[in-house]
Amino acid sequence: MTTEYLLQIKNIVKDYSGNRVLKGVNINIKPGEIHGLVGENGAGKSTLMNILFGMPVIHNTGGYEGDIIIDGKVANPKTPREAMDLGIGMVHQEFMLIPGFTVTENIKLNREITKSNVISRVLGPKLETLDFKSMRKDSREALDKLGMDLDEREIVEGLPVGFMQFIEIAREIDKDNLKLLVFDEPTAVLAESEADTFLKVVKKLSDLGIAILFISHRLDEIIEVTDNITVLRDGEVVSYLKTKEANVNQIAELMVGRKLDNVNTIKKAREIENKDDYILELKNVSVDMPGERVKGLNLKVRRGEILGIGGLGGQGKIGIANGIMGLYKTTGEIIKDGKKLPLNQPKEVLDAGIAFVTEDRRGVGLLLENSIEENIAISALQIKDRFIKKLAGMNIMAKKEIREYALKMIEELDIRCTGPRQLTGQLSGGNQQKVCIARALTLEPDIIMVSEPTRGIDVGAKKIVLDLLKKLNEELGMTVIITSSELAELRSISDRIAIIFEGKLEGILEPDASDVDFGLMMAGEYGKGEVS
Amino acid sequence: MEDIKKLIQRVGYPRLIIGGFLLILCIFAAVLSIPMPALISDILTRFGMNGILVLAMVPAIQAGVGLNFALPLGIVCGLVGALVSIEFELAGFAGLIVSILIAIPLATIVGYFYGLMLNRIKGQEMTVGNYVGFSAVSGMCIFWLLAPFKSPELIWAVGGSGLRVTVSLESSIGYVLDNFLTFNIAGIQIPTGLLLFFALCCLVVWIFGRTKSGVIMRAAGANEKFATATGINVNKQRVIGVILSTVLGAIGIIVYSQSFGFLQLYNAPLYSAMPAVAAVLIGGASINKVKISHVIVGTFLFQALLVVSLPVLNVLAEGNMSEVIRTIVQNGIIIYALTRKTGGEVA
Repeated sequence: MTTEYLLQIKNIVKDYSGNRVLKGVNINIKPGEIHGLVGENGAGKSTLMNILFGMPVIHNTGGYEGDIIIDGKVANPKTPREAMDLGIGMVHQEFMLIPGFTVTENIKLNREITKSNVISRVLGPKLETLDFKSMRKDSREALDKLGMDLDEREIVEGLPVGFMQFIEIAREIDKDNLKLLVFDEPTAVLAESEADTFLKVVKKLSDLGIAILFISHRLDEIIEVTDNITVLRDGEVVSYLKTKEANVNQIAELMVGRKLDNVNTIKKAREIENKDDYILELKNVSVDMPGERVKGLNLKVRRGEILGIGGLGGQGKIGIANGIMGLYKTTGEIIKDGKKLPLNQPKEVLDAGIAFVTEDRRGVGLLLENSIEENIAISALQIKDRFIKKLAGMNIMAKKEIREYALKMIEELDIRCTGPRQLTGQLSGGNQQKVCIARALTLEPDIIMVSEPTRGIDVGAKKIVLDLLKKLNEELGMTVIITSSELAELRSISDRIAIIFEGKLEGILEPDASDVDFGLMMAGEYGKGEVS
Repeated sequence: MEDIKKLIQRVGYPRLIIGGFLLILCIFAAVLSIPMPALISDILTRFGMNGILVLAMVPAIQAGVGLNFALPLGIVCGLVGALVSIEFELAGFAGLIVSILIAIPLATIVGYFYGLMLNRIKGQEMTVGNYVGFSAVSGMCIFWLLAPFKSPELIWAVGGSGLRVTVSLESSIGYVLDNFLTFNIAGIQIPTGLLLFFALCCLVVWIFGRTKSGVIMRAAGANEKFATATGINVNKQRVIGVILSTVLGAIGIIVYSQSFGFLQLYNAPLYSAMPAVAAVLIGGASINKVKISHVIVGTFLFQALLVVSLPVLNVLAEGNMSEVIRTIVQNGIIIYALTRKTGGEVA
């Protein structure tokens, strides 16, 4: 059987322990086609790529249904090695290059050209001499194809990032059988001029007959470079478009979509009495959190509101709360109630009445080998000297008081456990999250910052956690700052939603603003649209 | 069947194996008609004399610096304390108390600086600690030679300067704790004072674990990122843990020496951390989690094994077999514990 398609992804279904992340995805790509793949975080893009590459994580979690068909033959690669043999190449987001090796050595790594010599004849091919001359020649050819004016004998270390990206591409196209090349967010690390050159190279590659699967959050790029676009949302292909007929707004709307179900209804705008009463102001704040850098953010938070912070992964939204807490190196000015907060000093921030529920529950949020009651009590014990009784001049932990309080919290927040002595490491994600929130509440803060509160927890627990935050806000007047990758969730509980793009505030939207606006802002296209 | 499985899990394989080994040795001892009361007296004494050195591991593990392989740092402080009290011709309880009172501030200072150093090499505390211990012992060899002690009890019999390799405590603090309230029951000599003092130290460490400082120190040791996010100064807590550990090491060696009857100087403290480390690990501690019960169980099993294996193996196998077996068990246990999942989550 022959087809005109090089790659057919047919009806792929994938579950992660009962959680269906891909629900029957179909994608077809012809030779020489540049195919764009867009979608929000969690739409299933990375899972799909992992399947395409036969990554172990897929097969360790029970495999998948459906077929990967290459050149009309069912391929279903089970290891990355098999995928490579099938002619699938990938340019990684983070560079997989050895800094101390030359360009040639990196391009030819593990595929070296060798000549036999006296020793290798005796002891086997592992000891053959490297044929540097032909290796250089091959590398030169690959670099020339990319239009790269770079000496192939140069050491990789110290080259600009853009060059490294091209070396990775050169390595892939140097493989003789390369048919399909996947780019995962290739321009994320490039400067603008580098990105332009890069896009030209991508076009050049497709002229060579290589099919390209292009994943990007930058919608203008997608429009510029691709032939066809597939939009993924919640594990489903929601649309397949010809690029000629598409525009940025349309894609943005498709990407975000409106996901209405019983958990996520859009919150009605609510009258805030004093709109200019700001409890927290950030001025030119930068946070050096790897992968989530904030670069000069200005943001004001109203007293008594629920402020949502959204944006795509890696744009810096997670860095904001971590920066305010002082967990990563932070510069700029943070003002609470008219007073400057000291930077990089978590204790002072906690003293000032700001509590934080981290996005990294297991790593930062909990003492996994300690009991629920200790986890709930410890912050207040440290910051507020609560749960302490004096005994012969010593501050002894008041076990009874802690036990009573923990029991109360367990009941109020509906923490499902065998009792306050259970270790938090044994709890489910949702219940761990409740313990984290309970600990933050014990501090009786004015502002509670919650990052990714529903990540990795099931739908029922999600609703409980979100309702809890709403209740805190309405009944106790606590200001809530919620950071989340799930826009629908933010729209269901926030009064205002700040969208972060490239470490800066792109804009603030009401929860009932249109999908187009949200989509554009998340892709950093909002401002540009207004200008043109 | 389920219950048995649960029991095995609770007790843990290392303790079952060592305990089983100990039981077999005891049966052999009975068969070979080695006098039991003497063995039991021996076990009790060795249990008490080593207990505090093992207890010294607790604050270090709790504070997150792992097993304190630099125990010799505390030990040399304790030795200096004891030497000074002998120099002033103090004896009995006065000598013991003065030794401890001199040793504590010394150990605090040493522990403080050692703690600062450990904060710069996070993640390699145990490797570095080992060599810090070795270096300190070697460095102190020079000190023992040059120290201006004058008492004839302390310096070489031929005169001149420099301390003896072993100093007898017969006329000073020897056996003061062992003989305090001691009594004899069915031929077993109970070193009451020694055991009481060990119990007291355990109690102090246990109570400290329940104070605010103790709770916070344990949190810092359990999860550094968590502690930072809770506004805890992790480095300070680590220094506190190291100081406490060093102080306990100093007290531990004084108690050990009074029971042993001699102060051992020069190279004697070189490997002194190893038995303590092994004991606490046998007891069930890991490099990031420890309870007082681990100290008590571990010290007992480890010392009992040594005491019983010695006469048994000497009868069964000619020569020095018991020493060889002891070394294999001790180091085997250390290897076993260090290769267990470190810093892991029990998911």
